[in-house]
Amino acid sequence: MKKLWISLTYLVFIILLIIPVIKIFTGAWADGWSGFADALSRKQSIHALMMTGIIVVVVTAINTVFGVMLALYLVRASWISHRMKQFMNSIVDLPFAVSPVIGGLMIVLLLGPSSIMGAFFEDIGFKVVYALPGMILATLFVTFPLMVREVMPVLQEIGSQQEEAASTLGAYSWYTFWHVTWPSIRWGVIYGVVLTVARSLGEFGAVLVVSGNIMNKTQTATTLVYQDVENFNVVAANSIALVLAAFSVGLLLLMEWAKKRKEVH
Amino acid sequence: MGGNGVLNLMLRSRWWSFGFRTTIMLYFIVLIVLPIIGIYTQSFSLGWQPFWDSVTDPLAWKSVLLTTKLSVIATVINVLLGTMIGWVLVRYRFPGRRILNSLVDLPFALPTAVGGLMILLLLGPGSLVGGIADNFGIEIVFHEPAIVVAMVFVTFPFVIRAIQPLLEELDKSEEEAAYTLGASTTRTFFQVIFPTILPGILSGAMLAFSRALAEFGAVVLVAGNIPGKTLIASVYIFGEIESDNPQGAAAVSVLLLTLSFFILWAVNLIQSRRMGK
Amino acid sequence: MHIEVRGLNKQFGDFQAVNNVSFEIEKGHLIGLLGPSGGGKTSILRMLAGLESPSSGDIIFHGKRVNDLPPQERGIGFVFQNYALFKHMTVYDNVSFGLKVKGQSKEVIRERVMTLVELTGLKGFEHRYPHQLSGGQRQRVAFARALAPEPQLLLLDEPFAAIDAKIRTELRTWLKEMIERVGITSIFVTHDQEEAIEVADEIMIINKGRLEQKGSPWEIYKNPQTQFVASFIGESTIVENIERLKGFEEAAKWPGTQALIRPEYIEIGKLSEFRLPSATFQGVVKHLHFRGSEWMVEVQVGDIKLITYRSLEKDVLQPGDEITVLIHRAYLFNDSDTWIMENRLKEDPMPIHI
Repeated sequence: MKKLWISLTYLVFIILLIIPVIKIFTGAWADGWSGFADALSRKQSIHALMMTGIIVVVVTAINTVFGVMLALYLVRASWISHRMKQFMNSIVDLPFAVSPVIGGLMIVLLLGPSSIMGAFFEDIGFKVVYALPGMILATLFVTFPLMVREVMPVLQEIGSQQEEAASTLGAYSWYTFWHVTWPSIRWGVIYGVVLTVARSLGEFGAVLVVSGNIMNKTQTATTLVYQDVENFNVVAANSIALVLAAFSVGLLLLMEWAKKRKEVH
Repeated sequence: MGGNGVLNLMLRSRWWSFGFRTTIMLYFIVLIVLPIIGIYTQSFSLGWQPFWDSVTDPLAWKSVLLTTKLSVIATVINVLLGTMIGWVLVRYRFPGRRILNSLVDLPFALPTAVGGLMILLLLGPGSLVGGIADNFGIEIVFHEPAIVVAMVFVTFPFVIRAIQPLLEELDKSEEEAAYTLGASTTRTFFQVIFPTILPGILSGAMLAFSRALAEFGAVVLVAGNIPGKTLIASVYIFGEIESDNPQGAAAVSVLLLTLSFFILWAVNLIQSRRMGK
Repeated sequence: MHIEVRGLNKQFGDFQAVNNVSFEIEKGHLIGLLGPSGGGKTSILRMLAGLESPSSGDIIFHGKRVNDLPPQERGIGFVFQNYALFKHMTVYDNVSFGLKVKGQSKEVIRERVMTLVELTGLKGFEHRYPHQLSGGQRQRVAFARALAPEPQLLLLDEPFAAIDAKIRTELRTWLKEMIERVGITSIFVTHDQEEAIEVADEIMIINKGRLEQKGSPWEIYKNPQTQFVASFIGESTIVENIERLKGFEEAAKWPGTQALIRPEYIEIGKLSEFRLPSATFQGVVKHLHFRGSEWMVEVQVGDIKLITYRSLEKDVLQPGDEITVLIHRAYLFNDSDTWIMENRLKEDPMPIHI
């Protein structure tokens, strides 16, 4: 019985996860090294990977700062009433329930050229939708809960006594945060960062809607994969996908490591 | 200390902390609350009638219905697979266990578009699975089964990760007590173990279902997107945006969103009840 | 530091945690806030520290109102119930934290920390982390850390609650000595009356958010001003119809009055042992309980049950024995008043009706 269950588990993993990864790998090399290299050295590939890189860096930075601060407020702040905190706490999860396409649509509706705000930004020469700012906004929306949800439980668990102790010893909030709170939450934050990077690297639906997928302008790595598949350019699609998959596997290893460190502390 | 002292002094002032709080709260409202309100108002922007027309368009409601149906199937498959795998990974010791355990998160780490491409390669006409199925006259890619597979793939970790901690917490002596009282293995599983992990299965299934409803990247590549047949809701919404019909897109979005919020609320309810215990 | 608190109130929603509390504390005194759990003691302590802000009332340190001062500027040291040591810092870093915040030079910090480490008997443990220390050692670290920035007032929240009963007594004596040596005004919270009586110069009894009584342990024991204080401090039996007991007939003047009698106010023995037999009456031994160093005796007098102690050196009693009982005094209380009544017959050795 036990053997049967273990073999079945292996079977599911092999069919659902391992064979597909191998397929991507072999697909990228279908035309040999040159096919892979050519696909990657296309102008649009380099541009798309660069766009993805910019989005990942900017989104991770913003989401980390705001996510940690919001988690701190939701757990510790005395100036927000208990009910308000509960309400905000349930709103934090909303992006999980929203389809990425809808997330993108929201931004188009709110900031697109036909909206009031969008027209205003257009007038001052700042393009949001179908440009980088919109794509960053869309990715921020999608990744929003990741950091908050990682940090909040850690803060709840460590309690506020150490921070209170620091304040009775004369330390103000900034000093207390860096010397007392941060060392306790840092592995949670790092785990949140890894999750944010993974999600912003792979975000597709929201970015596709907001960016318009304009080659060499607003195309990201994932939307390029999509376009290559649509154009039946399978080798090129596989090559980009392989690069993304390699990053993801790297992130997965990082996640495992961060998880272990988090458990230790 | 010097520089730090100045910084402390600055951050100590009321204006700074007030500014800080306001920024964070504004960010929260502008990024999350405003867009959601925006989409609800937009869908009714032309009044009740156009909303009703958009929703009752056969292509629209068929796509929502199809998405719901396939998501349910994918969720059921995930519950079965997830319970088995969660059990095997927690209870049995065998070579490769830790690697498999880390691999569970792969669908979360992988870009969904890459996931879609993988499914396409796995099931495509040229592949082994696709070839066998073809011989039996079953078409997979660009048909419903491919969509289900894509949904199972992206929601794979939910159920497993939800029941693993519960299984680990489960006191082995509870099970042993059942055995000493003469219960069979099957009976023990259904009467002692299953009730303990049920909340995990439920909340994992809910999350998987809401994710499957919302999935776009993996599905759009394998579905074929034939209107009325394999066109799922999020792809339909995408099509409406592309054909410059934001109001129609918003109307279907509202339908889907309301469903998702309901599920999220149910998950929260299950979790808070569990906490209450 | 001289401390004055006037009309202090604290509300959490509908719950009145602290209700109109006023007191004054002399410089250098060691005060125990004693009362049942959830009675508002910790809230008072946290308001003194500035960790909680009062709903109304004034807190005055050295004649200056400090209500609006944050904890950082109050010049206090706080020892938390679970010590709240910084988990990721060594003993040395924990103790030096407050000095670093103040921006002291390295040499000054080193000297002060080493003095405190030595004073608290933690020498050799400077480089250990909190999880490598025993409960008693952690408590000493918390104490040293709170004292390091030389506060004017030391606040301790249930300082011994998390420590094994055996070491607790030892640590109590140590803490009292230490505080006396440093000469700092200190307030500690406890729910253990033995602890408060042993350690504090003065006790404040807090119940349901109110200050019931303030005074030296002896005063409070001897002269409890409310029914709660009388029943909370020491052991006692409540008697409904005290007027039926010899020497307390006068109590019949106040119908609805109950009496509280401490075991040590009851004397039992043979009739011949009493100097004033007229003040005694007869009872029956109901039960005997061995209490390690003495017997606890339950005596039945009519329908009244009394509890007292008896030395192991005296004759061993048996349940069912007839015995002579003398009650020296009792606390009487009704809804409006509390007073002490001495045994009338004992006061007046030649009662007229004999």
